Amino acid sequence: MNINSPFLLKKMFFVCMILMGALVLSVFLGLSMGSSGYEFNAVLKSFLTGDVFHSKTDTIIWHIRFPRVLLSILVGAALSLGGLVFQALLRNPLAEPYILGISGGSAIGAILGILAGFSYFPGIGLFSFVGSMTTLALILILSTGHSILKKDSLILSGVMVNAFCGAITMFLISLTLDSRLHNVMFWLMGDLSNLDIHQVLILAVVLLPCFIVIFVFSHSMNLMMLGKDSAQSMGVNIKFVTLILLGITSLMVSATVSTCGPIGFVGLVIPHLFRLIIGQDNRVLVPACILGGGSYMILCDILSRTLPEHGEIPPGVITAIIGAPLFILLLIKTRR
Amino acid sequence: MRSAIQIKDLHFSYKDLTVLKNISFSIKKESFYIIIGPNGSGKTTLLKLISGIINPEHDSIHVLGKSVLNYSRKTLARKLAFVQQNQPVDFSFTVFELVLMGRSPHMGMLGVEKEKDIDIATQAISFTAVDHLVDRKLDQLSGGEQQRVFLARAICQEPEIILLDEPTASLDLSHQIRIMDLMRKLMDEKGITVVMVSHDVNLAAMYADELLLLSKGRMMKKGKPDKVLTFQTLEKAYDCKLLVDESPVGNFPRITLVPHRFLKDTNQ
Repeated sequence: MNINSPFLLKKMFFVCMILMGALVLSVFLGLSMGSSGYEFNAVLKSFLTGDVFHSKTDTIIWHIRFPRVLLSILVGAALSLGGLVFQALLRNPLAEPYILGISGGSAIGAILGILAGFSYFPGIGLFSFVGSMTTLALILILSTGHSILKKDSLILSGVMVNAFCGAITMFLISLTLDSRLHNVMFWLMGDLSNLDIHQVLILAVVLLPCFIVIFVFSHSMNLMMLGKDSAQSMGVNIKFVTLILLGITSLMVSATVSTCGPIGFVGLVIPHLFRLIIGQDNRVLVPACILGGGSYMILCDILSRTLPEHGEIPPGVITAIIGAPLFILLLIKTRR
Repeated sequence: MRSAIQIKDLHFSYKDLTVLKNISFSIKKESFYIIIGPNGSGKTTLLKLISGIINPEHDSIHVLGKSVLNYSRKTLARKLAFVQQNQPVDFSFTVFELVLMGRSPHMGMLGVEKEKDIDIATQAISFTAVDHLVDRKLDQLSGGEQQRVFLARAICQEPEIILLDEPTASLDLSHQIRIMDLMRKLMDEKGITVVMVSHDVNLAAMYADELLLLSKGRMMKKGKPDKVLTFQTLEKAYDCKLLVDESPVGNFPRITLVPHRFLKDTNQ
């Protein structure tokens, strides 16, 4: 009998190597390209010699672009994983933090934090986490019972929660009249700029353990995709796993939202792309989403920096322009 | 220890609604046990209670001599496999991936498979004759093929008991027989105790060593098929007219439904 399924570890290694290559390439491009021009040689030189901080170009590359590239990796990875976890737990291919309104709830919390004048960490972050947990609870209550399995009811609750969050956000903005308004507006569209390396490192410290926990539960996620009863009969403690994974994912989403605003559809595009290429196994998909999501976000950010002649397009706009049509496509496909 | 499953004074209710009342019976090891009964009689709930998916209130259910409440999820999963009705197939795992998942209770957290796990999965796949489908995706298979794949997954779990919730529902005749034959073979060759919920009284009569007839959450009758499947009991349980005679195939009862327009002729 011929079985083409390769051993898990081999497949994981293979996928990780390729995506690692893609990530390194994206980082290189992300450092080299920007509104002030393309500096492939300078980046290559500092890559090879380890010499940095000599010229004005080096300063731009390592002080401005580097934190931004690092932030893109973290945000892309966290949002992709968020989508992957929600899709597996809710057994709904359309689930995604942004579409479910969890990013929106998190945004309300963050804006409240900004308006109250709290510092980024822990004040705004904490508000944002409370916001995301509240919306998550709301969605689960709205679509609970038998209907949690139904694709439409979950997405519908998400749309309603999202609309509600949007209204509250607008209300909060209408109350703001001073210079903070511009900050909030730009942040709302997803903003990867204006962060120093320390804030990026704080985000990394929050996110990296989350990535590890999700990877540890990736096989349980596989089993839970077969349904609650089946998973339980194969030894999964589903209450425990669900609670941990939903909590961790909300934490990740609120951490990224409070840092750089609600960036949508990444959690939809990346998991679907990789499911198509490497299959359903979450144990391979988790590392793939981390590495691939990071690369994707860097590339989106490059587009946002280089497309317009002056200024930037917010990266949230880029991801939505790519992601929203895909969402519609998937909606049509699942209806069939 | 002769019995695989022993149930004593089991009561169960969802909030105010009593679903099961005064249930006591035991299932012998290496036997084929079928639970029948009208819709809403509590069959599926009983099966979920035995499999530990729902917890009973007291130590009223013992699996292999130990209360289900005293098992950890994983140890119970090594003893007992469960094939649910209407297994969702929204995500398209391949057949091999799905069957291999049956090894999870024997593996670590990440479920990294070893050579041995692959072998066991391969054997399970050939036992249920789905070899030719290994690389196919689950959502591309027919209902009968899917059911055989889920069965392979349960076998791959290497349990001592397999519980099935209406595995033949919505299958055509040849697939029904095929699934039932497989279950019988599983019991004969591997010594696995098979416990099954079924709507089909004729299939139950043909295959079961022992039967339990549930009605409105109570035990109506239990025992050998010819003792349970009598004309009086069935008419009372299902509230419809039917005939019971001996099957021309073998030594078991045959149940024939009587449509309303033929009632005059048979009203003896």
